[in-house]
Amino acid sequence: MADADTDRLAARRPLSPHLTVFKPILTMTMSIAHRITGAGLYVGMALLALFLLGAAVGGGAFSAVSWIASGFIGNLLVLMVVWAIFHHLLGGVRHALWDRGLYMDAKGRELLAQGTLVGGILLTLLVFIFKTLAS
Amino acid sequence: MVEFTLPKNSVVAEGKTWPRPEGAERLRELRIYRWDPDDGANPRLDTYFIDADDCGPMVLDALIWIKNKIDPTLTFRRSCREGICGSCSMNIGGLNTLACTKGMDEIDGAIKIYPLPHMAVVKDLVPDLTIFYEQYAAIQPWLRAGPAPEKERLQSPEQRAKLDGLYECILCACCSTACPSYWWNADRFLGPAALLQAFRWVQDSRDEATKDRVSYVDDVFRLYRCHTIMNCTQVCPKSLSPAKAIAELKNMAIAQDEAESR
Repeated sequence: MADADTDRLAARRPLSPHLTVFKPILTMTMSIAHRITGAGLYVGMALLALFLLGAAVGGGAFSAVSWIASGFIGNLLVLMVVWAIFHHLLGGVRHALWDRGLYMDAKGRELLAQGTLVGGILLTLLVFIFKTLAS
Repeated sequence: MVEFTLPKNSVVAEGKTWPRPEGAERLRELRIYRWDPDDGANPRLDTYFIDADDCGPMVLDALIWIKNKIDPTLTFRRSCREGICGSCSMNIGGLNTLACTKGMDEIDGAIKIYPLPHMAVVKDLVPDLTIFYEQYAAIQPWLRAGPAPEKERLQSPEQRAKLDGLYECILCACCSTACPSYWWNADRFLGPAALLQAFRWVQDSRDEATKDRVSYVDDVFRLYRCHTIMNCTQVCPKSLSPAKAIAELKNMAIAQDEAESR
């Protein structure tokens, strides 16, 4: 076959399916979750800045901001941001261990991935239990 | 670049369901990716049924059974049928593995088979591995040392042991094509298979090009597109750990950079 023919054939080749057919195994899912929570924290920090801004501007602004924050949507946002912080923090610890070549065997990596998931949820619950007890 | 959808010509359509084998008591369903370069149509997912009592236990046995008894046009690579040649690597039940060492009993329900993910498809389950092999060549997978000595280059058992878990790689490409970083950056990221081999030569006591090898991979893309997603190690059919080899390479690269900046 002439080279031109081979080139044309190669250009027509389809790309095999990837994300949609790959089994969503825990370690990969936790890696994706690490990315998403990391990006989410940008939003979280903006919200925190808004809260502090409210406090800095004065009584009226502060009570308006805290009225939003204590509502359902506000609470949900705080919940999500707090979870994102803990999940991302534990994910960072997991990656720091892996970067040193530690806990990379089958048992270790499952344990660390599960720990990130469960730990993030537990720590978030803990914060909200304290929050409820405190108020 | 990150991309979540397939190009238009690559979207997989529902294919045809081939007739069930007659008189079979135990049927096994397989759904297999098909693409024919000659008909100009999109890829499709065909459904086949095999007679499990007439067929060997492995996924490769089923593929050969289909090719022999149902559809001779089904195209796939295979050779050794014992997990040492690395030819029959494909995505089976969502994970990259060798068809010859994957038992059908390890999968519940219909067995879904795709080519290795995010690769140009030559035909059916045969991907184009040109770039993969170029990456392997790029790490110079041969002994780089001074002129040949009079006698053999000796190695102690301890030095030899450092190659265990590295030299067994059969270059089946399961790891690299399981890696999302490799999916998005195959043009610049070397991928787990080539990096594991780079580390294999770095670890070889007879090789004298360690510094040069580490410098070569020490690059934002070649090495550091690895984000420790771990898919490589999770799928390796030889139970090797490219992720660990890459972590070690990163540490060596950091140590070398530090030593040079002193």
